[in-house]
Amino acid sequence: MAKLDDRAATGPPREVDEPTRPVRRTPAPLALLRNSWRQLTSMRTALILLFLLALAAIPGSLLPQRNVNIEKVGDFQREHPDLFPILDRLGGFDVYASPWFSAIYVLLFTSLVGCIVPRLRDHVRALRAVPPAAPKRLDRLPRHAVLSDHDGDLSAIAAMLRRRRWRVVVRDGEVAAEKGYLKETGNLLFHFSLVAVLFGVALGSWYGWHGNRLLIAGPDHAFCNTVQQFSESKLGQRVDDGDLPRFCLELTDFDATFLPSGQPESFRAHVRVEPWGRTPYAASFSVNDPLRLDGANVYLLGHGYAPILRYTDRYGKSLVSEQAFLSIDGNLTSEGAAFFPDVNVDPATGRRDPNLQVAFEGLYFPTTPEDGPAVRSVYPAERAPGLFLRAYRGNLGMDAGIPGSVYSIDQRQVANGRLKEIGDGKLLRPGETWTLDDGTRLEFLGTREYITLSVRYDPGEKIVLASAALLLVGLTPALFVRRRRVWFRVVPAPADTSTTSRSSLVEVGGLPRTDYSGFAEEFDQLVAAARRGGTVTEEETD
Amino acid sequence: MAALSDQLLVVAILGYLLAMICHAAEYAFGTRSLVGRAAVRPERELALVGAGAAAGPVLDGPAAEVEPTLSDGAAERPDGDATPRPAAGGGESASKAALAGGVAVGLFAIAAAVHLAVLVTRGIAAERMPWGNMYEYVLAVTFVGSVGWLWLVSRRTSIRHLGLFVALAMVLLLAVAGLVLYVPIVPLLPALNSYWFIVHVSAAALSSGLLLLGAVPAVMYLIRDGYDRGKRSFPYTLGARVPAAATLERLTFRLHAFAFPIWTFAVMAGAVWAEAAWGRYWGWDPKETWAFISWVVYAGYLHARATPSVKRPVATWIAVVGFLTMQMNLYGVNIFFEGLHAYGGLD
Ligand code: HEM
Repeated sequence: MAKLDDRAATGPPREVDEPTRPVRRTPAPLALLRNSWRQLTSMRTALILLFLLALAAIPGSLLPQRNVNIEKVGDFQREHPDLFPILDRLGGFDVYASPWFSAIYVLLFTSLVGCIVPRLRDHVRALRAVPPAAPKRLDRLPRHAVLSDHDGDLSAIAAMLRRRRWRVVVRDGEVAAEKGYLKETGNLLFHFSLVAVLFGVALGSWYGWHGNRLLIAGPDHAFCNTVQQFSESKLGQRVDDGDLPRFCLELTDFDATFLPSGQPESFRAHVRVEPWGRTPYAASFSVNDPLRLDGANVYLLGHGYAPILRYTDRYGKSLVSEQAFLSIDGNLTSEGAAFFPDVNVDPATGRRDPNLQVAFEGLYFPTTPEDGPAVRSVYPAERAPGLFLRAYRGNLGMDAGIPGSVYSIDQRQVANGRLKEIGDGKLLRPGETWTLDDGTRLEFLGTREYITLSVRYDPGEKIVLASAALLLVGLTPALFVRRRRVWFRVVPAPADTSTTSRSSLVEVGGLPRTDYSGFAEEFDQLVAAARRGGTVTEEETD
Repeated sequence: MAALSDQLLVVAILGYLLAMICHAAEYAFGTRSLVGRAAVRPERELALVGAGAAAGPVLDGPAAEVEPTLSDGAAERPDGDATPRPAAGGGESASKAALAGGVAVGLFAIAAAVHLAVLVTRGIAAERMPWGNMYEYVLAVTFVGSVGWLWLVSRRTSIRHLGLFVALAMVLLLAVAGLVLYVPIVPLLPALNSYWFIVHVSAAALSSGLLLLGAVPAVMYLIRDGYDRGKRSFPYTLGARVPAAATLERLTFRLHAFAFPIWTFAVMAGAVWAEAAWGRYWGWDPKETWAFISWVVYAGYLHARATPSVKRPVATWIAVVGFLTMQMNLYGVNIFFEGLHAYGGLD
């Protein structure tokens, strides 16, 4: 590791070369192991792994990812049925959890730890040590100067260097000074922070969890924080349902304002929070301003409308559906369905005719266009609500045990003839009633607002944030501080050049240990200061 | 105000164009041609100069002096004319070159001031920071690059020859912004309405601008290095009159080393914002993914440069790749990918 260190820290860097692989004397597995470890912890391997990491991240931005947008993955599967299974087996839809992506970063971080632990040890040693003795020939160093007419008193020079915050040691006839230790300190802090970031991420994935769901306004639709009540949820490996904090949430109101162009201006959801065993309270949250609860944060992701529909069946019995319609564009044109599987139950026999189930499917327009066909909403707020529905009667196929979408009817039932469309569809305004061919009625009563929300908890977050801050703190000196050394050595003056009997020569050498173009200037300043410091009285008497 | 901003953009582009022409003139008279010797084959340089002259017909003030030379230097001018001239009449053309270069920097500074005015008027008209969509963001990034460049030349005139390429980049990027990315002013989407908008986007624009600027010496270093190694085909011939390879390489490193912590901060600020807005600090959204890729590539560049066994041209290539990933993130992701970062404003 010492070799590596030299390469990393001694300047001028290009003169030193990568060491050739150490020759293996015995073909023992131990030697092989040691060799591999050396390879793994070399800067060059780190570089290759960094490059691989960047490369490996690319497919994740090209292919849809399950943990980013699962619907898109489904779309991709439908569009490329042949390609999908192959890519899926390769982890193409879970790139950032795939074995190959993990392998790269695990190797990279192993390399990192293997690299920085010895460097930390060396650096601690260097911090406690004094600057090393001067090389024999100072004139071979990148910078070199000779002070003639010096009184040979090195203590003034040492004081001058200390004032400039150099670390100084005076040995017999020689001053050695070094500066810029902060570079390596920063560098190590930076690299260790990287490890800490990874640790925080890992902690979050073990102990964190999240769940998403849609929440319709009103007390009937309130939800409580359990896994069953999320439409989609993911718990870390070390979390189970019982660990989730208990609270219930009811959407009491939702404010949205839009510009005349339809662009959203602001959103705010008002809720009633009921923490387990404590008094309920009102709160509100919005985009960029989540609801922070004890052990969970609630984020507003989206919103839309849920039409309220009342269906009255052949026996005069009414059922109400409040089902969210999902928006498909910026003006909140929304598509969805309402199902009435338990209608037309004969009150005399109590028997349900499975072929007399009813469902409606269609589009909701918060603002229906005034003329032309109603295919798209023209504004996201409810200025002229309209609901275009198609009616279906027959077997909805819901009893087969296969969970279907709640946003669309099962087209397979239509295709095989068990579910039939009745009539041609109808555009309903709020309050309007549509009477079907069998005399049953559908009333469009209005809408409720809904929001989509995400409930999340990530205990690693604070660690990641703190490590990221340290990373930045370390990076700055690592990049901007320069490590350099200077030596001053008294040599006896040749008889002919000395003007006074006391005077001697001081030879100065400078070595920038990292690429540092301003070193020459600094060196010259030091030399000038040394000259002044050492010969003040003589200059003044001259 | 909004209309004024749009008009000022045209003025700024013209200003950069004029600066580019003067730099081209300086280039043509270039003092470095003595080094370039007869081996230089300047036909393509001349084509570049000719194109510049044709595109900016109006030159006034001191710049007009150089115009005649430029216009008879139009594309059909026979080979090799520009090179012998400065070689022969060194002193005179060197002073002409210096004059043209000085004027070029002056024009560039004026263009940068107008560029600033474009941003300020846009911000006043929109009543917010002028980086709310891709058009404005590109204007802000290029402005950073422009100021960074002026700062660099003011400290070190020896790199002034690079001005031709910096000005060219400005003209191209601003033209793309004005013609392709332009969107009328609208207020911010709710998702952008946060003080992190100021922190995150300004840091991103600042670092992107510096990295954009850093790409110029990086590319020129690669060209110069190829030229020094005896390559005499097209892009390498440009290397004849740019600063010495070591100067370019050091400048490349300085700019990247300066920009990298800012870029790191920008990514982190983005993560903090993402936590507040979307509930997670990192979610591999395409924009985040490409920011990560750029960060890793630039970290790789700094690493490579500190690794003695990696040759400087190889390290510099990594910086160029980093630049390409930044462009991918700016244009590619906004235009081709769907993600949460839907603020490009393009349909
Ligand atoms: C997660 C992977 C890594 C990243 C993102 C990373 C990033 C960086 C960055 C940005 C720098 C430049 C800042 C500075 O000069 O201090 C740097 C420097 C350095 N890195 Fe890493 N690094 C990684 C892994 C490693 C590994 C595995 C090693 C050991 C083989 C290593 C050794 C070094 C050394 C020695 C320097 C100092 C170079 C110098 O300026 O003299 N790094 N690293």
